[in-house]
Amino acid sequence: MEMYRSHVMICRGTGCTSSNSEQIAKNFEEEIKKHGLEKEVVVERTGCFGLCALGPVVIIYPEASFYSMVKPEDVEEIVKEHLVKGRIVKRLLYAESVEENRLKALEEVDFFKKQVRVALRNCGIINPENIDEYIAFDGYKALEKVLTKMTPAEVIDTVKRSGLRGRGGAGFPTGMKWEFASKSVNDQKYVLCNADEGDPGAFMDRSVLEGDPHSILEAMTIAGYAIGASQGYIYCRAEYPIAVKRLGIAIGQARLYGLLGDNIMGTGFKFDIELRLGAGAFVCGEETALIASVEGQRGMPRPRPPFPANKGLFAKPTILNNVETYANIPVIFNKGPEWFASMGTEKSKGTKVFALGGKISNTGLVEIPMGTSLREVIYEIGGGCPNGKKFKAVQTGGPSGGCIPEEHLDSPIDYESLAALGSIIGSGGMIVMDEDNCMVDIARFFMDFIVDESCGKCTPCREGTKRMLEILERITEGKGEEGDLDKLESLAKNIKNAALCGLGQTAPNPVLSTIRYFRDEYEAHIKDKKCPAGVCKELLNYFIIADKCKGCGICAKNCPQQCISGQPKTPYTIDSSKCIKCGVCMQKCPFKAIIRK
Amino acid sequence: MKTIQELEEIRKKTLDTINIRKDRSGTRIVVGMATCGIAAGARPVLLTIMDEIKKHDLSDVVVAQTGCIGMCRLEPIVEVYKPGEEKVTYVKVNPSKAIRIVNEHIMKGKVVEGYTIGAESK
Repeated sequence: MEMYRSHVMICRGTGCTSSNSEQIAKNFEEEIKKHGLEKEVVVERTGCFGLCALGPVVIIYPEASFYSMVKPEDVEEIVKEHLVKGRIVKRLLYAESVEENRLKALEEVDFFKKQVRVALRNCGIINPENIDEYIAFDGYKALEKVLTKMTPAEVIDTVKRSGLRGRGGAGFPTGMKWEFASKSVNDQKYVLCNADEGDPGAFMDRSVLEGDPHSILEAMTIAGYAIGASQGYIYCRAEYPIAVKRLGIAIGQARLYGLLGDNIMGTGFKFDIELRLGAGAFVCGEETALIASVEGQRGMPRPRPPFPANKGLFAKPTILNNVETYANIPVIFNKGPEWFASMGTEKSKGTKVFALGGKISNTGLVEIPMGTSLREVIYEIGGGCPNGKKFKAVQTGGPSGGCIPEEHLDSPIDYESLAALGSIIGSGGMIVMDEDNCMVDIARFFMDFIVDESCGKCTPCREGTKRMLEILERITEGKGEEGDLDKLESLAKNIKNAALCGLGQTAPNPVLSTIRYFRDEYEAHIKDKKCPAGVCKELLNYFIIADKCKGCGICAKNCPQQCISGQPKTPYTIDSSKCIKCGVCMQKCPFKAIIRK
Repeated sequence: MKTIQELEEIRKKTLDTINIRKDRSGTRIVVGMATCGIAAGARPVLLTIMDEIKKHDLSDVVVAQTGCIGMCRLEPIVEVYKPGEEKVTYVKVNPSKAIRIVNEHIMKGKVVEGYTIGAESK
């Protein structure tokens, strides 16, 4: 590789790519050529930097200047000023990274300050399509150590001592999983990677796959050595085209370098990895359903035991870990299990990546030590709710998780604490809700998702969730009845106890947690037929406040139903019987004279 | 197939070229590259410095640019920041002076006094 004085890193993760970062990269290459700098400055396409809200993101080294929301037409100026003359274009910098006219180091910026990047260590720093850059930052060093200096039992012991637990949702100790599979005796075993990230609002696995695919390949190979498997499969959703493409490139490069194949690093160890694409069914994130899908069958779960560690893919002993779990593995071997276990809490070690979304200023990816409080993540890193709105709840763990209200924000984030609050860490989705979100509507949204995604194999999930959805729909339509909450709770309990797989067993969580913390909102819907947040359309009416109305008639002109009438210069009125509650009048009124209640 | 030695070579070679994205502890050589600097010949100086670094395989040295320092008559100006040491400012640098700066100051830690701003103002 050539030596360059300056490196222009352009995010080509899904977020920035959809806001045209490829064009930005092309413009950079063109402008750099135009100024004759192609021997001095290199343009690299990277994975996600984390601060997706401010994309497209461009970071230029050695200054580490963080350009945010870059447009293709800004590139000419950046090249001319920054790369030719060494003058950083301040107006395009991420405002938080400038302090008293001085460029702050990235680690000092609020968004990054509290983060500890283990799983995301290479994201945004290396070009994921170049294996050499992964190797440079200690890539495949852990594999070398494992294959040349350790026995499989020592490998498993190291993972156990690190305290790493599954990052996909259930939090099962990874080392134990590996140990079970290693003890199963068979002629063939398999290593699977669950990259079927399906929770709404979760995108941490995608970012690891897009930004650092080799870390997954290296970790799976280590797992293969530990349990005695020679074949691995990555089950990735087809909706992640960039991740799929980069995994494909990474596998090709690893084979070329002999890091996958018959004689890895000349040690005689044999292991290979293939990709399998999922068709977007949520249930295929469940391990037995995923295994069925990899086998080419319909993706449906089956009862356990037998557990996959004894009888998994093609009825052979199999381990299945999530992407983020694997991403931690090479670092554990490079820096030692004690180092990893020194982070986090007593029972939850290490760090966890969260995808911040919803009503939060800094939408993006953050990686924090376990035990950090929800408040720190939401306010100090995430920047709180935008537009001065009041925080109401945070939903963690997607459709299997729950909503946590303001009063519990100081709880530490770890597996046990969130479970005690009626939620879960899950895969790491974190959706923030403010005063404008109706909690009944949120519960309905997640139940709707579950009803869509239930595979239909077991009755509690297929029928039970449908009945729960019907009740929730009635409540949001103003047809709730006394006793609905009891019915919801008893259905929820039965589904949790009787469903076949994790999908059904956790499906009632969003409903239970919202009833637990926001019972008054449910009661307002059921008894008063009111939606306090102003979301449920059927429970809302629009009114014109006569005192504020100047009689301009703008509302009447814009009403698609023509149900607003009145004389110019006198207050107008809305005919509620014809109103479809589209809210256009409220948006258009220049005097804020229209309210919704 | 790559052997473990070959992988280690790749690791070292690539790290030299991409370490500027992570490590901020090494030496920084800053070249003044405003209009005045470029007009006075800062670009060949910059390229020479890069060539020398590559030639000698110096992994912890970063080459950066800066704008006008304000002493346009002394351009091309090159500043060297070594960790824990005072900044050294070289003035009226040309490619052959640049080679000496890299070979003596950067590699051996010996400041080339004759080229510094202190010598110039005497």
